[in-house]
Parts: sequence; structure tokens; C-alpha cells
Amino acid sequence: MDPLKRVEQELKKCVKCGACRAHCPAFQELRREPAVARGKVALAQHLMKGDISLDDQTYLAMSKCLLCGSCVEKCPNDVPTDEIVIAAREALAAQRGLTTFHRAVGRVIRNRRLMNMGAAMAALLGPLFFRKVPRTSGLRLRFPLPFIGGKRHIPQLAKKPFMDRHPEVIEGEPGKPRIVYFVGCMTNFVYTEIGEAALALFRHLGCTVIIPKEQQCCGLPGMSGGDLATVRELAEKNLAALEKFEADYIVTACATCGGALHKLYPLVVGKRHPELKARLDALAAKNIDAAVLLQKLGLHPEETGAGEQLAVTYHDPCHLRTRAVTRQPRELLRETPGVEFLEMEGADKCCGLGGTFNVYHYDTSLAINAPKAAAIEKSGASVVATGCPGCMMQLADGLHHRGAKTRVMHTLEILARRLR
Amino acid sequence: MLESRIIEKLKAIVGAENVATDRQDLICYGYDATQFEFLPDAVVHPGSAAEVAEVLRLANTQGFPVFPRGAGSGFTGGALPKGGGIVLVTTRMNRILRIDTENLIAEVEPGVVTEEFQLAVEKLGLFYPPDPASLKFSTLGGNVAENAGGPRCVKYGVTRDFVMGLEVVLPTGEIIRTGGETYKGVVGYDLTRLLCGSEGTLGVITKIIFKLLPLPEAKKTMLTIFDSIDGAARAVSTIIGNKIIPTTLEFMDHATLQCVEKRFSLGIPETGRAVLLIEVDGDRELIEKQAARIQELVAPLGLVECKVAKDAAEAEALWKVRRLVSPSLRDVNPTKYNEDIVVPRSRVPDVIRRIDAIAGKYAIPIVNFGHAGDGNIHVNVMIDKEIPGMEEKAHGAIREIFQAALDLGGTMSGEHGVGLAKQPYIDLELKPEQVAAMQAIKKALDPNNILNPGKMFPLE
Ligand SMILES: Cc1cc2nc3c(=O)[nH]c(=O)nc-3n(C[C@H](O)[C@H](O)[C@H](O)COP(=O)(O)OP(=O)(O)OC[C@H]3O[C@@H](n4cnc5c(N)ncnc54)[C@H](O)[C@@H]3O)c2cc1C
Ligand code: SF4
Ligand code: SF4
Repeated sequence: MDPLKRVEQELKKCVKCGACRAHCPAFQELRREPAVARGKVALAQHLMKGDISLDDQTYLAMSKCLLCGSCVEKCPNDVPTDEIVIAAREALAAQRGLTTFHRAVGRVIRNRRLMNMGAAMAALLGPLFFRKVPRTSGLRLRFPLPFIGGKRHIPQLAKKPFMDRHPEVIEGEPGKPRIVYFVGCMTNFVYTEIGEAALALFRHLGCTVIIPKEQQCCGLPGMSGGDLATVRELAEKNLAALEKFEADYIVTACATCGGALHKLYPLVVGKRHPELKARLDALAAKNIDAAVLLQKLGLHPEETGAGEQLAVTYHDPCHLRTRAVTRQPRELLRETPGVEFLEMEGADKCCGLGGTFNVYHYDTSLAINAPKAAAIEKSGASVVATGCPGCMMQLADGLHHRGAKTRVMHTLEILARRLR
Repeated sequence: MLESRIIEKLKAIVGAENVATDRQDLICYGYDATQFEFLPDAVVHPGSAAEVAEVLRLANTQGFPVFPRGAGSGFTGGALPKGGGIVLVTTRMNRILRIDTENLIAEVEPGVVTEEFQLAVEKLGLFYPPDPASLKFSTLGGNVAENAGGPRCVKYGVTRDFVMGLEVVLPTGEIIRTGGETYKGVVGYDLTRLLCGSEGTLGVITKIIFKLLPLPEAKKTMLTIFDSIDGAARAVSTIIGNKIIPTTLEFMDHATLQCVEKRFSLGIPETGRAVLLIEVDGDRELIEKQAARIQELVAPLGLVECKVAKDAAEAEALWKVRRLVSPSLRDVNPTKYNEDIVVPRSRVPDVIRRIDAIAGKYAIPIVNFGHAGDGNIHVNVMIDKEIPGMEEKAHGAIREIFQAALDLGGTMSGEHGVGLAKQPYIDLELKPEQVAAMQAIKKALDPNNILNPGKMFPLE
């Protein structure tokens, strides 16, 4: 079935009011109509009419979307532009084939052996993936990791992936919630400290923490390239891996993975594969962001030790903001002893990463980030906290380009200070 | 189709990267909020008045039409290139040139987004009141060209009332200044006012000098629910009759309330037949007094409930009722014709009754809400285009609604303008002599009819 056919009804909902111009980060930087949600909807409508084809120009226009969902959140008519763009990219990929880059992405994220090889992966692939950049502490990529483009300065791969350091099931206290932790690639291979913090916090609350060994990449990098076959494969494998365990919650500490589990799996995969729909819906219903769950379970400020004084500001990842997670992390941070919370200007603005968007449009991606980096610095905070490792990498890159000294941490890392 | 020779010339004027001719680009500059669609032959993004002037001179010598465009949020198709030609987009001209805190004025380029300007002046303790609902994305150039209004206009006036001077490129390519930086000024015709609301037919606005006010210290928001439309209407005249001019007097009729309630369950009492959202602003003490007085005044008018916001968060919650109107309308029918008639304040209940009768006669749902303070009502004729004959019926209903507004001493449109959408009805309101006078002005300024041709008045 023509992927666009699936969103035919959705396309009709757009009244071309232009409200998305105020919220679309791609438009705000590029300042041309084809970059805004309304433009992409119009192009999709004309694609359906056969008035334009899946040519280079269409490809370029459709590539200018970070799938951040900001337009969807604010659209007065509930137009799901992210879903429409995914459908258009699927159509483009079907007709034109995947780009070399996205083929490589698909290969990497589908490969369970690579995913689970742990330390071996870093050691083995490290030199393949990276080449040392002189005069900077960062590394440069030679070969793509899911979210990471060639030019970017990125943090080093962890010596030993998070999932290799821990058993699959860590029993907690009887009667306390059982949680399944969906880790995600970025946490597993790069920012392992997020995983450690999550684990420490939930264990502190007495939870049984299950880290299913069979879990995979969430697949969002594939979605971003229109590689729906890979996404389906991963969604199915993740379903099997996560369903294997009886649990009260399926926790994500990566906003992007959470976005996949709770929204895009049912919406994009569920629509294409009705036989999976009910299971995907059930998975989505159980998914919860780690910070939200911690607050719900009552992580209390008095249970904390002190440490270094931190002036902290918070960046809203799009994939948390659009699921109404904005208040909880701030509240948790504010009540953490030793933390002075400073709100920055434009905390709710997209960081500009946009999955694989930053690979094709790295300069635009950085330009979207520039005001963000400036606002972080202006807030006077020494640390910017956020709930998504993707954002963390982007924020660090932007701050690095600006020459700012602000540290980037995951919200959970700061909360874990309470346990000391 | 424009000859490639002309495209090359345009590129020479504004730079190759600022001229687009790919079909994808043409599609994306062929619509606005009317959902009509006309594709241009090229999209041109000038960066300065000088570039605009050169483009217009070229248009005159080569005879191609030019359609100015801001954000494309217009409700009447003013920016649409019907018949082909080039769309001239102001997006790149988006600098706030100066904010003069001593003389309380500001100078901006036309592509600045309304809200960005408001926030910039508010940072300095100043205030730019015009607040079209589209302020987060509409441009100031578009606001001037359409003479946009909004809820706050009952107290502060419309866009025109804040425009002190303009820089304009005339259709023939001369750059002129109108008005100035002083409140007083009587030398020559008032071209500034002529250009406000001219819908891009008399010149391209390239700079605007706005008057500013001191930012009011605080505001107070109330949601009052009445058991009849008459009660709400009497509340409006009673409040104003008692010498209180609220910043906002937004009203929603019963049909509107039902839509919102059905979709969002906000807990509006069943006996509520009309709602007024009232906001006062000014010194803290003064507004407390005014708010108390307003509650006293409306209490005997069939008041069902009055909610007063204690802080900004509660005020936002009250505004939510108004903001949810648009999204909930879709449930009635997929397509809406959004008209914006105006009647004298005191005639609001009369016109609502006439509209209800028209809705009954044509069997089409019509939902009314809007700015009761200045009698500007958004009449939403809700139709389903898939149902055969419904669109034609809607046009009949709209004609009768306009006639009702005119009979009651009002006008067809308070904010949205004529553009393409209201042309078929313009004869209801304007006499042939008026149209002739207006067309004489157009002809004098645009002898070759190259600037936004076919708008406001049909092409001859
Ligand atoms: C959801 C929504 C809510 C709205 N609410 C309101 C409201 O409350 N009040 C209200 O008044 N309107 C409202 N509007 C209508 C619209 O937003 C206004 O008319 C606005 O002023 C148009 O600005 P724009 O930049 O989008 O102009 P466009 O739509 O791009 O153009 C409008 C007209 O202005 C001309 N124009 C634009 N820039 C220039 C220039 N620099 N020089 C000369 N001519 C120019 C164009 O040729 C065209 O005729 C609303 C629209 C939407 C979609
Ligand atoms: S996508 Fe939504 S916000 Fe954007 S133009 Fe369409 S209806 Fe308006
Ligand atoms: S998903 Fe984000 S980038 Fe894409 S159109 Fe919507 S707001 Fe713009």
C-alpha cells in the first residue's frame, strides 16, 4: 500500500492556518515554507494527487524535519505532521532506495550481535567508527552510530556497555513495583552513567529492576530515514524482549526511546501491522519516563545526602514535552538538596538534533542549537540537565562550539546525588 | 509562465538563493488560511526596500503581477497569486530596527512576527496592544496591510491606531515615507491610514513606525456565564456604560459552548447560554476595584456563575475556554467559513438572533463567538463539502448574514478584509460611487495593475 494513502484522512485536517510556523524548529531556522509542517503537508497532498513526484526536491523538503512533534502538539487541528513525514520518507525510500547512510544505520541498529557484544563492540568498532581529531578532546565519527553524523564532536564510547555490567534481573523488596528498564543505545554505549543512575534510584526505592538482555535499539533512527522494515523488525523484537517479564512499568530514561515506545510504535508500526497493534498499545500504556515514575513512587528530598553545590537549569526534550512531561523533572530537581534551580529562556525549544536530521543538515542542526546554548550560558547555571541522551549530546556539542563551560547531565544523574 | 530571462533578472536583484521556481516551492507559497490555492511562477525573497523597488520596476516594464506576502495566515486570500506572477515574501525583512523608550515609538521591518515584537517591547516596560489571534505567526506587515484587530482592541484600538508612519514602495517602484514619528502632523493627505488595510494593493510596506504605550502593571481575568445571550449583551453595555473599558470582552454563544463542552468537558454549567471572558488591565489597585465593580454590575443580569482568576495560571485556565473554541468546532462539521461581521455593540443580541434564524432556514450549523466589546463577531458557518449542495447553501446563508449586519448598521468584515473571499459580496456594502473612488486611487498609484491585481475588487 502506498504509505501516503495511510495518512490521507490526516492530510485533510490541515487548514493551512500557519500556526506551525511559530513552533517548527526547522522553519524557524530555515525560514522557508517547505520546511514548515504546513508546507510538508501541502507537498504530501500534491504527492498524493500525483502533481509532484518523489524527486530530489521532494526528498530535500521531507528531509527538513526533526520529527520533534512540536507542530503536532500545537496544531489546533491535530494534524500529525510527524506521521505524515514518516509516511513520505517511507514512500521516498521505497521508490529511491535507502541512502547509503540509512542503509548503514539500519545495519547497525538491526544487528543484535553488535548490540550485545559489549566491550568488544567499543574496542572492535571504536577505531572503525572514530578517527581522532587533533587539538580537541572529542572524537570524530567515520561511520555512523544511530544518531551521530560525521562532523560532530561526541563523547567517547563507554569501555563496557551498561547492559554488560548488570544481571538481567535485580530483585528488589517484595511488594514493591517491578520495572522493566528499556535502556536504549545511547545509554548503553555512550552515556552509561544514565543507566547507573536509573538503576541506583529504582533500587533505592526497593523496585525490582529487570533489564531484558534481548532488547534492541528502539528503531527511531530507522524511522527517521523511512526504513520502516527495520523499525518493524526492531519493534517486534523489543515487544518479545519486554513482554517476557511480568512488570508494572516499562521505564525509559531516554526521551526518544520513550517517544518510540509510547507513540510511534502504535502510530506508525501499529497502523501498518494491525496484527501487532494490541500488543504495541499495551506496551505504550505501560511506558513511563523514569523521572515521572520516580516522582510517582515518592522519591523524597529528605532521603538525600549533600554534595557539591550545583546551579542547574533544565532543557525540555521535545519527546518529553510533547507527552506533557515538563513539570515533574523540574520539581524533582528543585527539591534536590544542594541544587539551585535556574530556569533558562526558551527551555522548551528544540535542541536541533532531530534523530538523523543532524547528519544531513548538521549546520542547520547546530544553528537551531545556537540560541539554546546561549540561553543555557545566560541562565548562569553550571549544569544543564535534561531527560534525553540525544539532547545531551547535542547540547554538549552546541556548548562546545560556543566555548561554554557548562556541564551537561541527565536529570537522573543529579537526582542520584540524593543517594550519597 | 515567466520567461527565464525574467527569472535571471530577479536573481540578479535579490540573489539566486532568494528566488525559487521548483514546483515544491511554488506549492508552498500557493496557499493561505483560506485554503484556496493558486501557484505562482516564482517565489522571491527580497532583503530590502531597494530590492523590492527594483522588483516592482521590473514588473512594470515586463508586465508581470507581484503579490506581497507575509506569513500567509490571511483569511481572505490576499497573498495568493491568482492568475500567476511572483509572490514577494517579506520573511527576510525581519529586523526590529529600534525601540525608542524616550519617544515611545519603534521602527520595524514588515516581516517581524507580531508576538516577537510584543515581547521585545514588553522587555523594556512598553506595550504594543494589537493582538490578533494569529500573533504568534502573523507578520506586522500583514497586520498593517489587513488592519488586524484582536480582543484588546475594544480598549486600545486596532493596528491602524498604532501606525504612525510607513516606508512604502509604490507599485511603480518609488520608495516613499508616509506619516512620521510625531503624534501630530497635518501636511498632505494621510497616506498612512490609506495604506492600513489596503491589502497589499497600493504599495509594499517596507518599514513601519509604531506608537507604543507603557506596559500596564497588571491584569485581572474573569469568566462570566449568563443564562441568556441578552444577559451577556446587557453586561457589555452596562460595564461600558459605567465607564469601565475592559481590555477584553470576548463572548461565546450557546452553540460555541456546547462544542467546547462536548469535546473538552470544562464543566460549564448546563444553564449557561452565553459566556463573557472579561479582562481589565492597569494599576493593581485600580483593576481590583474595577473587577469588583464589574461583578456587582453583572450580578443581576442572569448571571449563572462568575469565576475570577487569582493568578496568571488561573487566568490562563479561564482563557482556555476561549482558546479551545477553534479546535472543537471541527466536531460540528469539517469545513468552516469564518466570517467576521461587526455591528454596533448594542445590536449584538439582535444580530445573533438573526443568525440563528438563518441557520435554521438553511439547516446549517452556525457557531458565533468573538469580540463583544466592539461588536465584532466571528460567525462560523460549518459545512461538510462532501454533502452535495451544502456549499451553495452556505454561500446563501453568508449573504444573508452580511445583509443582517449591514441592516443593523454594521459591516461585513471587521478584521479579515476582502481579498478574494469576500469579493462576491462587496456590492452589498459599497455603493458604485465608493468603489469608483477607490478604484481611481488604485489606478493612479498602479497604472499597470501589477501589484496584487484582482484583490479587493474583481479584475475588470
Ligand atoms: C488562526 C488564525 C487566527 C486569526 N486571528 C485573527 C484576528 O484575531 N484578527 C485579525 O485581524 N486577523 C486574524 N487572522 C487573519 C490574519 O492572521 C491577519 O490578517 C494577519 O494580519 C495576516 O498577516 P500575514 O503576515 O499572515 O499576512 P498574509 O496573509 O501573508 O497577507 C495578508 C495581506 O497582506 C498583504 N501584505 C503582507 N505583507 C505586506 C507588506 N509588507 N506590504 C504590503 N502588503 C502586505 C498581502 O498581500 C495580503 O493581501 C487570523 C488568522 C488565522 C489563521
Ligand atoms: S499543520 Fe496544523 S498548525 Fe500547521 S497549518 Fe496545518 S492545521 Fe495549521
Ligand atoms: S515534527 Fe518538528 S521539525 Fe518536523 S514539521 Fe513538525 S515541528 Fe517541524
